[in-house]
Amino acid sequence: MKTVRIGAGQGFYGDSIYGALHMAKYGRVQYISFDTLAELTLAILQKDRQKNPSLGYTKDITTTMTHLLPYVRDQGIKLITNAGGMNPYGAQEEVARIARSLGISGLKIGVVTGDQVLHLLPEWEKQGFDLQDASSGLPFDVIRDKVLFASAYLGAWPIVEALKQGADIVITGRTTDTAQFLAPLMYELGWSDQDADLIAQGILLGHLMECSAQASGGNFSGDWWNIPDMDNLGYLIAEVREDGQAVITKPEGSGGRVSVDTLKEQYLYEIHDPRQYMTPDITADFSNVTFTEVGENRVAVSGVRGKPAPETLKVLIGYENGWMGQGMIGYSWPDALKKAQKADEIVRKQIERYGIEVEEIHTEYLGYNSIHGPLARPVDEENLNEVYLRVAVRTKDRDTAERFGRLFPPLSLNGPPFVGSLSGMFSVRQLLGLWTVYVPRAWIESQVQVEVKEV
Amino acid sequence: MPRMLLRDLVQARSGDKGNTCDLTIFARTPEMYEHLKAVVTETVVKEHFRSLVFGQVRRYEAPTVLGLKFILEDALGGGAPSSLRSDNLGKSFGSNLLRLEIDVPEALARKPHLMPTPPWRKQ
Repeated sequence: MKTVRIGAGQGFYGDSIYGALHMAKYGRVQYISFDTLAELTLAILQKDRQKNPSLGYTKDITTTMTHLLPYVRDQGIKLITNAGGMNPYGAQEEVARIARSLGISGLKIGVVTGDQVLHLLPEWEKQGFDLQDASSGLPFDVIRDKVLFASAYLGAWPIVEALKQGADIVITGRTTDTAQFLAPLMYELGWSDQDADLIAQGILLGHLMECSAQASGGNFSGDWWNIPDMDNLGYLIAEVREDGQAVITKPEGSGGRVSVDTLKEQYLYEIHDPRQYMTPDITADFSNVTFTEVGENRVAVSGVRGKPAPETLKVLIGYENGWMGQGMIGYSWPDALKKAQKADEIVRKQIERYGIEVEEIHTEYLGYNSIHGPLARPVDEENLNEVYLRVAVRTKDRDTAERFGRLFPPLSLNGPPFVGSLSGMFSVRQLLGLWTVYVPRAWIESQVQVEVKEV
Repeated sequence: MPRMLLRDLVQARSGDKGNTCDLTIFARTPEMYEHLKAVVTETVVKEHFRSLVFGQVRRYEAPTVLGLKFILEDALGGGAPSSLRSDNLGKSFGSNLLRLEIDVPEALARKPHLMPTPPWRKQ
């Protein structure tokens, strides 16, 4: 029976190259799949593209491809990535440039487009489609003038199409996190979208694999102190048979642990209702999945069921939601917390005094409660060695956010004593609001294009 | 009955989707799972997070991995890319729930029902 081995290469924009490189060298895989996009990433890439029309893809594709193209050439490993972001053709150009610089030719690069739907919104509205936010129910007029991007989540079929056309590398925009992993299984093992349970199995495996080492010992809440070689965590490999039987493992020589306990944390991560994990490819029922350890760092995965895919696709609309300004300053023992609290009071009074208009203000004390917030437990203040004050504000515009940040450096001389550290000025950041609509899939999928080019 | 922290009883992981936090805890034995099902209810979790979570709390069961999943709405200060918080992604909500203290029957307050203890922690 036919088997395929696919490996994970990336879990987010900014991930290390070493997981993917180790995979290429020691993973004995036919495919490496990358998930690079989060909600915020699309906003960053859209801004990159506005500044420079040739950008808008995740820039780390340069590092990824420089390291991995030799393995594509020498071992025939195929790479599937959604690093195209807001500009898949720009990413294709970049990969072609790297191939030329490495002296590699005859490479087939597939590009999937059609996920960007901003230009279609007026047409949909004209047809009477209501763009109100699915979670808040607010009308689209609330954000109409502030929209940055609108991206539909596409599934695996356009990637499968690119593979059928012979692509060695497939670059997409906003395909789902799992699509890059499901597609090679469908293509290699001949799974069709009629094979609901098999497609669901592909989604489950993709979901386990899409977050770097988060299923092989990273971010593990069990006995994390016993995870071997956490400085070299291996990313996941799935060995998958035509009939859907699958074993999850990791490359030889890598650190980490693949066990029922490490996998199950990722299995239920961010999926909401386990009975209804909705993707463009299938609605997967994860509720009866079982994991069985079948060897060292080898776990068999079974029991997932598939139900028909939804008739709509999720479209994520990102909009400008003001600016964040922030400042941070550290205080030492004695009375570190009291001093930091005094500095917070000063900053808040100065906001009033200088008329800095803030829409929201948030205070945290690093080393005391910045992560658990109001649920942090009181500590013995007398013995607290140090505390950092961090105050963040939301403002309407960039200038006001910057004005707020400038309140902090003077605190080193004009505030409570024994400043431990002033971490300089933080750059201000535009905040991104998210808006979700569910759109009939035919309206979007009819726009999807798959193009494979040899470079 | 001894009072114990969830820290000593379960694995936990949390993350985000928009302004919603998605949090799962995992028991080590079916017996502990049954106990947690009875005790760690939607109401208890909502009460625990009362100063951080302003929306509904729903619970889902995942019996094959002894998991209890909680969906916490209006929990992340507007959602990761809009939030002013350090934990804008809700990644530490899991560890936050480990602070919850519950009654545990004597019979379950021992191995194999408990989490492994790190070597540096006093028993």
